[in-house]
Amino acid sequence: MTDTTRFIPDRLQSPLQKRLKSWESLLLLVAIAIFVANSFASPYFLDAWNLSDATFNFTEKAMIAFAMALLIISGEIDLSVASIIALASTAMGAAVQMGAGTPVLILVGLGTGLLCGAFNGVLVTRFGLPSIVVTIGTMSLFRGISYIVLGDQAFRGYPSDFAFFGQGYVFWVITFELVLFAVIAVIYGVILHMTNFGRAVYAIGNNPTGALFSGIRVARVKFILFLLTGLMSGVAAVCLTSRLGSTRPSIAAGWELEVVTMVVLGGVNILGGSGTIPGVVIAAFVMGMVTFGLGLLNVPGIVMSIVIGALLIWVIALPRLWKMWRA
Amino acid sequence: MLQRLITSREALLLGAIAVLLALISTRFPGFVAPSNLADVLNDTSPLILLATGQMIVILTKCIDLSVAANLALTGMVVSMLNLAFPGLPVALILVIAIMLGALMGMFNGILVWKLDIPPIVVTLGTMTIFRGIIFLISDGKWVNSHEMSAAFKAFPRFELLGLPMLSWTAILAVIVFSIVMSRTTLGRAAYAVGGNPHAATYTGIDVGRTQFWAFTISGALAGLTGYLWVSRYAVAYVDIAGGFELDVVAACVIGGISIAGGIGSVGGALLGALFLGVIKNALPVINVSPFWQLAISGGAIIIAVAVNARASRTKGRIILKSAEHAV
Repeated sequence: MTDTTRFIPDRLQSPLQKRLKSWESLLLLVAIAIFVANSFASPYFLDAWNLSDATFNFTEKAMIAFAMALLIISGEIDLSVASIIALASTAMGAAVQMGAGTPVLILVGLGTGLLCGAFNGVLVTRFGLPSIVVTIGTMSLFRGISYIVLGDQAFRGYPSDFAFFGQGYVFWVITFELVLFAVIAVIYGVILHMTNFGRAVYAIGNNPTGALFSGIRVARVKFILFLLTGLMSGVAAVCLTSRLGSTRPSIAAGWELEVVTMVVLGGVNILGGSGTIPGVVIAAFVMGMVTFGLGLLNVPGIVMSIVIGALLIWVIALPRLWKMWRA
Repeated sequence: MLQRLITSREALLLGAIAVLLALISTRFPGFVAPSNLADVLNDTSPLILLATGQMIVILTKCIDLSVAANLALTGMVVSMLNLAFPGLPVALILVIAIMLGALMGMFNGILVWKLDIPPIVVTLGTMTIFRGIIFLISDGKWVNSHEMSAAFKAFPRFELLGLPMLSWTAILAVIVFSIVMSRTTLGRAAYAVGGNPHAATYTGIDVGRTQFWAFTISGALAGLTGYLWVSRYAVAYVDIAGGFELDVVAACVIGGISIAGGIGSVGGALLGALFLGVIKNALPVINVSPFWQLAISGGAIIIAVAVNARASRTKGRIILKSAEHAV
């Protein structure tokens, strides 16, 4: 009796049926459950200003996660993103010491991100090196340069109008970062799901050789994807530096793994070939709300990481356990 | 035969280390004194132990990012045991450390084998979970030198034939696993699984089971290193060996172990670890600021990967040349 649905091919199921079974809906249920649990757990949770502040827990990481999602779908990975933030932030700090204004700072931040992305991209696509290894190397290299420049010092003295990017509000309680996050999500959603470029990304992730012989310039697409993760790390660096108002070489330490976790939690196959932007958006909210909710309960940060680690394994193991139990 | 020996990766790396030592000795002759080299070996021993385990895991097309967290958790557990029962013999503590580490490795292995979750996702999750558990059991407190029993601290320092026990453990592990990898069915199976999983399956090798044992070995070595680490530095805290997993992967990559699986040797892992160890120990000696260390080891990783990729390029007839480059 339970077997009747199992043998219906995907395309014969109604769209609603398919949607209900999708990863995104499972994740959405998790998100709603956490939201409800949070609102019961603490009386301070359902407060517009609190909820607005809570978005800082994920907006900057999620900006990178969108570009990372495309990169992982194409079968590559970039572990150097947090170090790119450090280097871009250091470059901006150095520019401030030379008296640069806010527009120059943004150019410096984004430009550094692009340069770092290009460096990764050249090493991976020109020299044919595995990206996981290349970016472990550049992870040390980029952050190392920040340490060389900064030592144990910090860059401060950012201009006052620079603070807008990480601390400004656009509509009443809606922060600039949240709006930026939404805009970037839409842009990446369109790129991945509605353009030929997005098609190419999936095709490369599923079969690089096949993609090449169907006329896709694999190396060029991958290079652009590395540029994009670099650029988004630059954007995140602008926001984070503006929010903190200072640059230390240890800025954004460990973010690379949180970004990858967010992408994987969002249903992107770590081996490439599948995944969606809406999934990553929901995963970003899940991770942000878990961190925020536990923070309200005065749970220390390291315990939050247990919860996120367990969530990652559970959410991915669950469908497989379900399948095994049914079989 | 001789030519193959000279052009092997291990010989290349040995040459690189010799050149490195020669360069350092021009600035500071004392560095190449036997007693100092023994100190370098002793400092690098934890890295050698972990790299040996990681090498076996990478060989089977997996990766273990949880080794440093496993080390830290085991270290904390055994030091708390020592605190509670100061009379516990060191032999028993060693057994407990190895068993505990192996258990954590088995947990990774089961998830990879039975639930088919990608290793990078599993170990990303368990990495944060293990670190979180350390916080839960220790409440964030440190176990300090004066709280550890004398016997507990003495073991890694105990000198035999001029070398401390810590170095001997690493040497023993290298010898044992060289034999395991070249002379046992498990070792052969690991190479077969990494080289071609489908072919391995058809020859009757259980791919998942082999990966499970690789994780178990890696975990056991991490557990053993956990005890050695806390007893040598005589302190245990939550963040012990933070970020060390990437050093371990880097050592393997420098040692010529292919991240795609199937290629590598214990000797390579040993030399890769020594290469990093020499750099780390030499920088302060030749008056390079410690802030340069990260950038230099990052640069070393990238150069090593580029050299390795060049060396491993197939020399035979390549049909579809452009396709080879695409992947």
